[in-house]
Amino acid sequence: MANSAASFDIDVNSGLLRLIAHGDWRARFLASIDSRLRDFSDDSVGRDLVIDVSGIERLDTTGAMMLQRTFFACDSRTNISKIVGASDAQQTLLDQVAGHLAPCHVTPFHPNAFLAVLDRLGKGVEDVYNAALELMSFVGFVLASTVRVLTRPSHFRWTSTVHHMEEAGLNAIPIVGLMSFLIGAVVAFMGAKILRLFNAEIFTVELVGIAVLREFGVLLTAILLAGRSGSAFTAQIGSMKIREEIDAMRVLGLEPMEVLVLPRVFALVIMLPVIAFIAAILGLIGGALVAASAMDISIALFVSRFEETIVINHFWAGLIKAPFFAFVIAVIGCFQGMEVEGSAESLGQRTTLSVVQSLFLVIVIDAFFAMFFLEIDF
Amino acid sequence: MTGTGAKTNIIEVRGLRTQFDDFIVHDKLDLDVRTGEIMGVVGGSGAGKSVLMRAIIGLKPPSAGEVRVFGEKFYDVDEKTRLSIERRWGVLFQGGALFSSLTVAQNVMAPIREHLDIEGELAKDMAALKISMVGLAAEAGAKYPSELSGGMRKRAGLARALALDPELVFLDEPTAGLDPIGAAKFDQLILNLKESLGLTVFMVTHDLDTLHTTCDRVAVLAEKRVIACGPLDEVRHADHPWIQEYFSGPRGRAALAAKAV
Repeated sequence: MANSAASFDIDVNSGLLRLIAHGDWRARFLASIDSRLRDFSDDSVGRDLVIDVSGIERLDTTGAMMLQRTFFACDSRTNISKIVGASDAQQTLLDQVAGHLAPCHVTPFHPNAFLAVLDRLGKGVEDVYNAALELMSFVGFVLASTVRVLTRPSHFRWTSTVHHMEEAGLNAIPIVGLMSFLIGAVVAFMGAKILRLFNAEIFTVELVGIAVLREFGVLLTAILLAGRSGSAFTAQIGSMKIREEIDAMRVLGLEPMEVLVLPRVFALVIMLPVIAFIAAILGLIGGALVAASAMDISIALFVSRFEETIVINHFWAGLIKAPFFAFVIAVIGCFQGMEVEGSAESLGQRTTLSVVQSLFLVIVIDAFFAMFFLEIDF
Repeated sequence: MTGTGAKTNIIEVRGLRTQFDDFIVHDKLDLDVRTGEIMGVVGGSGAGKSVLMRAIIGLKPPSAGEVRVFGEKFYDVDEKTRLSIERRWGVLFQGGALFSSLTVAQNVMAPIREHLDIEGELAKDMAALKISMVGLAAEAGAKYPSELSGGMRKRAGLARALALDPELVFLDEPTAGLDPIGAAKFDQLILNLKESLGLTVFMVTHDLDTLHTTCDRVAVLAEKRVIACGPLDEVRHADHPWIQEYFSGPRGRAALAAKAV
C-alpha cells in the first residue's frame, strides 16, 4: 500500500460544498493540513457540507477527530450534510470520536498577570505567617511528646534512636571532620599571613583556638548536618507521607510523633555536640599542623601557648550551641517531611525548604548567642 | 504492516527467564500474543504478571530467553529501532504513573509533542479527544495528578497510553480500583478501540468480569510459566488446581453467570 501524506480537495460543483479527503490521515501526517482545514471550516460555517472519505487510506483517531470537527463546524447545516464513503472500520472510528470533540482545559485558570502578582505576593505573606505558626505548633507538639515520653520511658524508641544516631551522626563524622580540619588549616594560614606583617605570628594560636572552638567547629557541623541529615529526614518522612504510611500508622494507633520524629530529634541532639567536639579538635589539629609546617610555631609551642591563652569559656561557648542547632535542624527536617503532600514535586520543594530554613535558623540562633555572650562577657 | 487475514504474532516470548538475584520469577516461559486480540494474563498475587509485562516492555531485562515485539528482539535492537517500537505501543501502569508536575492534558500531550512533533491547537484537540474518550470530564484536563482520585488517575493514564494511537497497548490491572460502572465502561472502551483501531491489548487483570467481556484469549501464569493459554472457555476447564479454584470459586461463578444473562 503506497502511503501518501494526508490532503484534501474542495469541490463546489453542483452548488454543494464537497470536501474530498485522501491519503494517510494519521496523526503524524496531519499537522501540515491542520490549519488549512481550520480555515476551511471557518469559511464554510452555515453551509451544507459533504465530506467524502473514500480516498482515505489509513485513518486514526486524530484523523477521525479532524473530519468530525470540520463536519460539526458547519453548525447550521441541514440534513444534506453527511460524511460519505467510509468503510465499516472507518465509520466505527468516526462514530466513536463524534461524541468527544469538546475541547478540554489544559492548564488551571490564571487571572491576568497583575492580579497574579498581587495574588502571589499575598499568598507568600500569608504562607510565611502560616508556616511560622505551624512550625511553632509543631515545636510545641514535639516538646509535649517529649515530656510524655519522659514520663513513660517504655514509649521511647531506643532502637530507632540508635539507628538514627548512627545514620545521621556517626556516618557524618568523616566528612565533618575533614572539613573542619581543612578550615582550621585555612584559618591558620590566612591569619599567619596577615599577622606576620605585624610580627605577631604567635597570635595565630589565639586566632585558630577562638575561631574554631567558638564558631567554626559547631557551625560547620550544624551546616553539614542540615544539608546531610535534615534533608534526609524530610525525604524519608515525606515519601512515607506520600505512600500513606503516616496515615496507616495513625490508624494503627502508632503516634508518628513518637515513632518518627522523637527518635530523630533525640538522635541529632545527642550526636551533634559529639560531632561538633570532634570537629573542633580536628580543626585545632589542622591549625597546629599548618602553624608547625608553614611558620615557626612548633607543636609544643602551639600547645603551651594554647594552654596559656585560651580559656575554657571558648570551648563551652561553642559546644553549648550544639544541642540548639541540632534541635532546630531535626525539628525542621521532620516538620517539612510531615508537610509533604501528594506529588514528587512537593517532596522536592519541602526538602529544599527544610535545608534553607534550618540553615537560616542556625545562623540566626548563632547570632543571638554571639550577642548574648557579648553582653554577659562570656 | 498490519496482519490482515492470517494472524501474526505481535508479541513472542520464548524460554523467558527473569530473576531478582536468586529469586526466579519466570523460567522457560513461552507466550504468544496475536495481532488484534485482547490477551488477558491472570495468576495469583506474586505469580509474576506485572514482571512479565515489564520484561516485554523492556523494563526488566530477562536473564535468559528472548522477547520479540513487532517481530523485533527488543533487547538487541539499536536505539532508533527501539524508539520506533516504543512509539507503537502504549503502557498503562498500575497507579497510572502520571508525571506529577504536569496537568492531565499536558501528560497526554507529552508523547504527542515528543514523538509526533505536533504542538498547539492540534495537540490540544488530540489530548481533549483522548481525555474525553476515556471518560474524563473536560475540567479534569487542567488538574494535576495529585488532585485526582485513583480511578481518574487510571483513566488519565490510559488517555496518555492511547495518545499516539498505538497498535499495542499494555494494561496493568486497568479496572482495579474502578467502580463497577466505571469498570464496565472501561471494558467497553477497550472493545471499541480494538474494533475501530485494530488494537492489540495485553492486559494483566484480576477482574473476572473483564476477562469474560473483553478477552479473546487468556494466559494463566503459575509455577513460573504459562500453564494454560487459550480462549476462556478452554482455559476454564483446564485441569489445574489453581485454575479450578480461580474460575470455579464463588466470584468466578458469579462472573460467568453474569455473562450468561
